[in-house]
Amino acid sequence: MSDLSPAVEEETESEQPEIPEASVEMLHGSAVTSAAGQTVLHPTKDGYHDLVQTLKDEGYGVCIDLCGADYLGNETRSLPITISGERFELVVNLLDVHGSRRIRIRLQVSEADPVVATITDIHPGAEAMEREANDMFGLEFEGHPDPSPILLPDDWQGHPLRKDFSLGRIPVQFKAVDGR
Amino acid sequence: MTTLDHLRNRDAVLRMSESEAEERASVVDPDDERMIINMGPQHPSTHGVLRVTMELQGETVLRSKPVIGYLHTGMEKTAEDLTYLQGPTNVTRMDYAAPLFTELTFSLAVEALLEVEIPERATWIRMLMCELNRMSSHLLFLATNAMDLGAVGMMIYGWREREEVLRFFEKVTGLRMNHNYIRPGGVAADLPDGWREDIQKILEVLPERLEQFDVLMTGQPIWRERTQGIGVITTEEALALGATGPILRSTGFAWDLRRAMPYLAYDQVDFDIVVGTYGDTFDRYAIRLNEIRESMRIVEQCIEMMPDGPYRTEDRKVTPPPRARIDESMEALIHHFKIFTEGFKVPSGEVYTSVESPRGELGCYLISDGGPKPQRMHIRAPSFVNLQTLPHMMHGGLLADAIAVISSIDPIMGEVDR
Repeated sequence: MSDLSPAVEEETESEQPEIPEASVEMLHGSAVTSAAGQTVLHPTKDGYHDLVQTLKDEGYGVCIDLCGADYLGNETRSLPITISGERFELVVNLLDVHGSRRIRIRLQVSEADPVVATITDIHPGAEAMEREANDMFGLEFEGHPDPSPILLPDDWQGHPLRKDFSLGRIPVQFKAVDGR
Repeated sequence: MTTLDHLRNRDAVLRMSESEAEERASVVDPDDERMIINMGPQHPSTHGVLRVTMELQGETVLRSKPVIGYLHTGMEKTAEDLTYLQGPTNVTRMDYAAPLFTELTFSLAVEALLEVEIPERATWIRMLMCELNRMSSHLLFLATNAMDLGAVGMMIYGWREREEVLRFFEKVTGLRMNHNYIRPGGVAADLPDGWREDIQKILEVLPERLEQFDVLMTGQPIWRERTQGIGVITTEEALALGATGPILRSTGFAWDLRRAMPYLAYDQVDFDIVVGTYGDTFDRYAIRLNEIRESMRIVEQCIEMMPDGPYRTEDRKVTPPPRARIDESMEALIHHFKIFTEGFKVPSGEVYTSVESPRGELGCYLISDGGPKPQRMHIRAPSFVNLQTLPHMMHGGLLADAIAVISSIDPIMGEVDR
């Protein structure tokens, strides 16, 4: 899909060896890895919004998918050594319809500060997907035009796709009936 | 940037909370005569449980907002509790009009992580079944689209033709819908005896029927009046909003994953991509009608080129042993038991795969932690994203046309809400 070399040294997050950053391949200031032949970028939180803009200028004009992921309890994730793994990830798949190529962004989002810049100003189509990520994982998107729940009821408590939201004890929540 | 500004300045999207919309429902503002009304979630033309909150001025729709989630059953969460072999039973229930495509994209994702090779025959069976499914899905669209616009006769015809295809599916998979037929490693069963004749019968009947639909609808002044110039969207707007499938193609942009990024064996068959010109409701109708013809071409080629061989991978890690082996070998029995109780383990990693469903790009983002169940399974549902174009298409149109526009997006709510 891309001519970027997948030769990147990867380490599991449990080990933290001292390897100079220069050994990690970079693109637009973000580390590049390859997963099953697909190019993956690992930006920092500050560089995320600019990276999406840069990629859009480069041709990746469609935000085809955006979703969250919860890595709680998963120790097998491999990341470039310059990136430290956080509990949540925001995964954005971009598509270049003129060059027929794809690229994926994996952004680390911490549990303590799950606030990310919105990309709806660059890709208006990300609006519904960001709302869904907010519903399901509690990721917050700064500057989102309509941060209301999309799939869940307005008064729902919790974020169902988080790993600590147990399937075994789903509380049945009904909307209040006002004295009818 | 002009498209972005245009989308923003048009002010087509109603940003109002559910409760506020309920409060202001059906109350006319005395100053500007604007009124909020809720269409759905129970309305015959909303294809299930879509609710659209609309701001009207007289008969004109100004701003609107699709309110979804009424069919949300947490299928992505359920997927985390099912093994990879059970996974297709879950995802097949998302897009219930085109279930084989969701099974396909899920299976492709699992296979990409497993790095197993799929036998050629399985690939061609998958392609054959998917194209038949595209036909049945578009026939369903023709039926419901026409019904929404008052052509009730067409509804019966569309269902009738679709039934022919479903009858074949029943013969192959055992079920009319929710097949669980395409599974990681191949397909569940080989094609039954006489499958060629069965499909030939469908292919013989359909062209004539499609001609009849053309007479009944395509050329009719009433039909054209109701659909032409209604719900117009441009290529730039569609791309900015992430819309794919017939909506994007109706704008004249020939984007089809089968051609642009071929999967299965689509690079070995001949077919044309159908595109529109104006991006209106009529174009979206005409595209789907003609895509049935293109799918028939692919199906014909599949019949001709169908290779012999196994219909699922021989990799014993993924595939249960043949039925005959179970009677003679204790190990085979244990193996069979293990695969269906424990499931097979998939190497740790993440992958995104996509296929062209009748509604657009259908993607699956899969994360494995090395266990027998996915750590995260996300389906990129085309209807979910395509619904975002609705306010922009309806803006400035008449309320009566809103029905035509919703129908032309062809949303499947099972897939929207998941």
